[in-house]
Amino acid sequence: MSTPLPDGVEPVESSDPDFWHLRESYTFDRNVIAEIRRAANTGIYRIRGWGAKRHLPTLDDLVFLGASMSRYPLEGYREACGTDVVIGEGRAERPVHLKIPVTIAGMSFGSLSAQAKEALGRGASAAGTSTTTGDGGMTDEERQHSATLVYQYLPSRYGMNPDHLRVADAIEVVVGQGAKPGGGGMLLGQKITERVAEMRTLPEGIDQRSACRHPDWTGPDDLEIKIGELREITDWQVPIYVKVGAARPYYDTALAVKAGADAVVVDGMQGGTAATQDVFIEHVGIPTLAAIGESVRALRELGVHRREVKLIVAGGIRSGADVAKALALGADAASIGTAALIAIGDNDPAYEAEYQALGTSAGFWEDFQAGTDPAGITTQDPDLSARLDPVLAGRRLANYLQVLTIETQILARANGKSHVLNLEPEDLAALTVEAAAMAKVPLAGTGWVPGAG
Amino acid sequence: MTRRFDLAETTRRALNQALHDASGGESFEVANPRGAHAVACGITADIDVVVRGSVGYYCAGMHQRGRVLVEGNASTGLAENIMSGEVRITGNATMSAAATGCGGLVVVGGNAGARCGISMKGIDIVVGGNVGHMSAFMAQAGNLVVCGDAAADLGDSIYEAQIFVRGDVESLGADCVEKEMRPEHTETLRSLLAAAAPATGGAEVSQFRRYGSARRLYNFNIDDVDALETERDAREAVR
Repeated sequence: MSTPLPDGVEPVESSDPDFWHLRESYTFDRNVIAEIRRAANTGIYRIRGWGAKRHLPTLDDLVFLGASMSRYPLEGYREACGTDVVIGEGRAERPVHLKIPVTIAGMSFGSLSAQAKEALGRGASAAGTSTTTGDGGMTDEERQHSATLVYQYLPSRYGMNPDHLRVADAIEVVVGQGAKPGGGGMLLGQKITERVAEMRTLPEGIDQRSACRHPDWTGPDDLEIKIGELREITDWQVPIYVKVGAARPYYDTALAVKAGADAVVVDGMQGGTAATQDVFIEHVGIPTLAAIGESVRALRELGVHRREVKLIVAGGIRSGADVAKALALGADAASIGTAALIAIGDNDPAYEAEYQALGTSAGFWEDFQAGTDPAGITTQDPDLSARLDPVLAGRRLANYLQVLTIETQILARANGKSHVLNLEPEDLAALTVEAAAMAKVPLAGTGWVPGAG
Repeated sequence: MTRRFDLAETTRRALNQALHDASGGESFEVANPRGAHAVACGITADIDVVVRGSVGYYCAGMHQRGRVLVEGNASTGLAENIMSGEVRITGNATMSAAATGCGGLVVVGGNAGARCGISMKGIDIVVGGNVGHMSAFMAQAGNLVVCGDAAADLGDSIYEAQIFVRGDVESLGADCVEKEMRPEHTETLRSLLAAAAPATGGAEVSQFRRYGSARRLYNFNIDDVDALETERDAREAVR
């Protein structure tokens, strides 16, 4: 992609005083220049995996206040701090019981290798939480390795099978995802192998562009009828979630509740994808931080917050701090995708030489669409996939989920909470004016919430 | 013996649960559907269901086995994602009839609305009358037979599904083209018309034209100017 330097020409070292007069354009930096050159060469927009990479307001812009004169902390290792979450109580015969407030987001077999899906299932099951299918149907292995499996119901309906619907522990109607609210899935020819093609009823090797709208319903009134049908077909056994990309979270959440959802999944723009247009990833949707409060406001106004309808927040969740802040803002659980892939080995520095051969480097790898993942995760190549040991990778994910949970508890106890869901916005302060306005918590050291009152 | 459910007196839930609990061989009759949604959806046993009257959305949705007959009209998503078995209606079906169907047969006696057979994945659909715009949109596999006319953008972005139309086609969608009717297509069409009769109104194989994918949208069109330059340089170097 990038043109190599001609023979005998050395790259300029930024530390060399002879070149200190060089000033890189902020507007046209080297990354921008490389993208213009790439576009000019190929005539096709950039397609890549991962989520938004640019700087955004994040949950890092919030801090917990902790306990003080007027708030008692809980003893870190002695006093109980619950972490369980129940979804679908009251409406579904078999509600989903999660031991931890972190779930694994939807990622398809096809975009991920069978080994990666198995690893996610093993890790999540060991930690007591759920995994989610993706755009491409449910594999038997996936069902087998996931104690709690959420079945995604997507616009493309690839591999949609009522038998799978009935063996799922919950159904997630996907309206959109954070990486591309309003965009359909993509899976490029390199990954449409025989098995993937058969599952999706597509010709092998084509560049698959999935539908972005559901084929048989439009709008919230139809969705209510659709949810009714899904409940009838599954005899009201399992909870039904509605997943939206963070676009208009207040209205989208209210409409999902009205349509009868047991849980609303709101995915911010940092949420990952296996393959999407870069322009979509970076320029459509709002940050996770900005979405949570709006969804919670809708749930509160409808009187269902922390009651009949649960809120699951996704998009750039990395640590127990992120989880705890999302819960404090009003989410019932957080969902991880990119972080889970990293935990099982994505962007592993051990493969640096191979990343370099692909024109990238560990830590920068984002070409999930290419099917050439050295770590064997975002690929259908049997040799590459075989590199991922699903048992070991599953253990890594279980460990990571445990750390997220314990970190969340540490912060909850520090704020005197005996259950992580008792965290509240009053426990938070914002470090920037933007974060204060978006999260609707006061700027640290002030009582000021921009835009309030 | 036929079990009767009067939806003026019993709930949809009771009806569907009874259908789901059936083990095969039973017959059911549904009276007074009065446009109820999701009637007779999710059937898995080899049973016969007759619905006397018009139904709402998603009638016989995700049908897997047995036969459902609707004496009336159906709203959006009739037999959506049907896997196998048969669903027939005597009247009209509105939008997205047999959407994403994977197998089996859906017969619409009257007309079907917009997006009939959208994203179909292996089902056979026979429509006695006309179909609305964007029918067989992104159709992946299976056959759509239209005994009347097809509205605009038929078969837009179609994959490997086949469309047979007896009447006029207002316009073809992106990447959909008319194709030669070879003996295997004639045979497919003949058996579908026979299976769907009498809804086909005496349509004959020779009256149909076949449409399918030009396969021009299957892969992205990616240029490589750098490679062209390298090629040219190489040619010049040889010269």
